Amino acid sequence: MTNLSRRGFLKGTLATGAAAVLPFSAMADWPKAAFEAKTVEDAIMALLGSPDTLVSSAITIEVPEIAENGAVVPVKVNSTLPKVESIVLISEKNPIPLIAHFKFESDAVQPFVATRIKMGETSNVVAVLKSEGKLYVARKEVKVTIGGCGG
Amino acid sequence: MATNSIRLQAKLKDGLTEVKALINHPMETGSRKDLKTGKLIPAQYIEDVSVISNGKPLLTAAWSFGISKNPYCAFQFKGGKIGDKIKLSWKDNLGETDSAEIDIKE
Repeated sequence: MTNLSRRGFLKGTLATGAAAVLPFSAMADWPKAAFEAKTVEDAIMALLGSPDTLVSSAITIEVPEIAENGAVVPVKVNSTLPKVESIVLISEKNPIPLIAHFKFESDAVQPFVATRIKMGETSNVVAVLKSEGKLYVARKEVKVTIGGCGG
Repeated sequence: MATNSIRLQAKLKDGLTEVKALINHPMETGSRKDLKTGKLIPAQYIEDVSVISNGKPLLTAAWSFGISKNPYCAFQFKGGKIGDKIKLSWKDNLGETDSAEIDIKE
């Protein structure tokens, strides 16, 4: 910003101030209904307002083929889809299938996320991405030797 | 309030800043039993995570206890500069919170 106006400066300062006081002000309420959903479709519906997803080869899910310990399964999701707003992670057969909803609040954030999840038994890891108003999905199976939810 | 629960790193390489966070948290499901007492251990898990850079939101996340104990999370964004501030905050279902702020490094 080379031409910093007083108003622009004030706006910037105020925004920073508000964010510093209320780090959670930018967040929507924790989506309880989506986390209570027992199926993948219900969870996506509750979270993103539609159960319709298109299978996409533009999403890659990196997971181990076999997870000896279901309590810690590394997951990486990458995509070449444009303008991704959301990445949703689901483990199909977990008692609570929805694991996480990552929302990108800036266009600068890349369609990538890495984390570690719990899996109760062998099942698909599902990634749903919201891109330009549409929902895209990819699935990849992980064989779980020892489940990581009850134990 | 939890303290020092977050290990945060933000590295700039080829125009892309990678933020990595490791959070010390039990992520209890509420269905696990204490082996000594036989009683259920109450659920305690991080529900909300937010990451801001120089006061502007980058990412917010809603989690369940399906995220592993001591959560790890990484993401990338364009346009970060060396010295820019990155702040991560979390809040769990019992109302505990913590936050950490660092500079973007090379």
